[in-house]
Amino acid sequence: MAEILTEDKNKVHVENMNFYYGAVQALFDINMDIAEKKVTAFIGPSGCGKSTFLRTLNRMNDIIDGTRIEGKVLIDGSDIYGPMTDVVGLRKKVGMIFQKSNPFPKSIYDNIAYGPRLHGVKDKNKLMEIVESCLVKSALWDEVKDRLDKSAMGLSGGQQQRLCIARALAINPEVVLMDEPASALDPKSTLKIEDLVNELKKDYTIIIVTHNMQQAGRVSDYTAFFYEGHLVEFGATGQIFTKPNQKQTEDYITGRFG
Amino acid sequence: MGSKRTGEKLIYWIMRGITYLVVIFIAYILIDILLNGLPAISWEFLTGDPKKSGAEGGIFPAILGTLFLVIGTILVALPLGMFSAIYLTEYAKQSKFTQTIRMAIVTLAGVPSIVFGLFGLGLFVVALDFGSSMLAGSLTLACMILPTIIVASEEALKAVPKYMREGSLALGATKWETIYKNVLPYALPGMLTGAILGIGRAAGETAPILLTAAAFFLPELPSSVYDQVMALPYHLYILATQHPEAQKILPMQYGTALVLLFLVIGLNFVAIVLRIKVRKKYKW
Repeated sequence: MAEILTEDKNKVHVENMNFYYGAVQALFDINMDIAEKKVTAFIGPSGCGKSTFLRTLNRMNDIIDGTRIEGKVLIDGSDIYGPMTDVVGLRKKVGMIFQKSNPFPKSIYDNIAYGPRLHGVKDKNKLMEIVESCLVKSALWDEVKDRLDKSAMGLSGGQQQRLCIARALAINPEVVLMDEPASALDPKSTLKIEDLVNELKKDYTIIIVTHNMQQAGRVSDYTAFFYEGHLVEFGATGQIFTKPNQKQTEDYITGRFG
Repeated sequence: MGSKRTGEKLIYWIMRGITYLVVIFIAYILIDILLNGLPAISWEFLTGDPKKSGAEGGIFPAILGTLFLVIGTILVALPLGMFSAIYLTEYAKQSKFTQTIRMAIVTLAGVPSIVFGLFGLGLFVVALDFGSSMLAGSLTLACMILPTIIVASEEALKAVPKYMREGSLALGATKWETIYKNVLPYALPGMLTGAILGIGRAAGETAPILLTAAAFFLPELPSSVYDQVMALPYHLYILATQHPEAQKILPMQYGTALVLLFLVIGLNFVAIVLRIKVRKKYKW
């Protein structure tokens, strides 16, 4: 499977990964290479393990009691589950957008400054610079520039999600994980998020979990189809959607199940 | 159809009646204390020292003593309770052991206050040799209200949605940074509610301080935490039950009760204002 990616530089390399919630195995022997500065989409029915897999890439599963992982996950060649890994550093490098937009009940400005402040940026001008550039990148600047000091909870759902994207960008990640970022949004807001993803892939490696097949088709360069914890098929999005190699993939994509 | 509706109405009125009954009881107590206590309140009563074993004069040392005890109690109990709650909800793995600890805490809340008094007498007054003092009294009261504060703080922490924690961790915050910056601020109002309940209890209890801190009459105001203090509930207890002319000094008793009531309400009010302020700042 990996050979189809040869023309791109690999950012993430996953080898023989198994993942368990307590005694329940959620992922089975996953092998995958994810290309740098491309968009890779994970699709599959609910409970297929795509979100679990996404969360192994920034070790968000660590915070769930009783989880266990086997195998290797390399980002830029270094094992993120190795004993020397600094999880804080990893999460700085691998940002995450959640399914439910989760702005903090603080001002718009403080939301975006949260990450940089954590990592030692104190200078007000520098912080303002980061806030502005991230809001511009997430296409939110024009809508909020006059109310940066207002609570982020007053924004609409779509704006909140773009704020969360801006917040994730503020710590300068290299990889951005998106867990169904548009599933709770109306079609117009969804399109904005998708445009944003297309824009962001110039600078970031983006991995997006989605339920929405058309969305995967529109935004991604590569698509991985998961089913019951197995990676069934992984390849260029065009190929997966037009002539999948596996029967299961075809059935899912054509809407016969899932 | 008709009988069903009558049944509904009956239930409604029974519940409404019971609620009113409770309100009437509370109102009666308040009005009784207010009517009988107000005549006793004067500048001298509030700022003067007791004379003739409390039959005349004021209750200023007792007011001050209770205030000191309550402040000392909160200073000890709030941080201890908050940190225990943080440990239990954020750090400890959910196991039989933590379940047992939780059970113990809840049980502790139901222990009679005199038992806390004896415990304080044994540990703080005698074993640690603090003597009968403000320090021993505050520590004893703190033990007594710890369960209330822990349980309220735990509830407050659990009420902060999981996504606040995940959002912060995903930005590269450590666990403590996440708790400190993105959980505690939102849990604070709930924690203060626990403190409010604790304050009320600490200010009003007689038994724990009876054995650990309170004196009936002191010629001087306390000058250090190792001094004994007068306290309103204890003063009231003595005036009502131990005084040779208990019946004659009813106004003094009512006056003391009124002051105690207002002190507790005042302390609660401060905490409520604080809570509203914090809650306004963080709304989601």
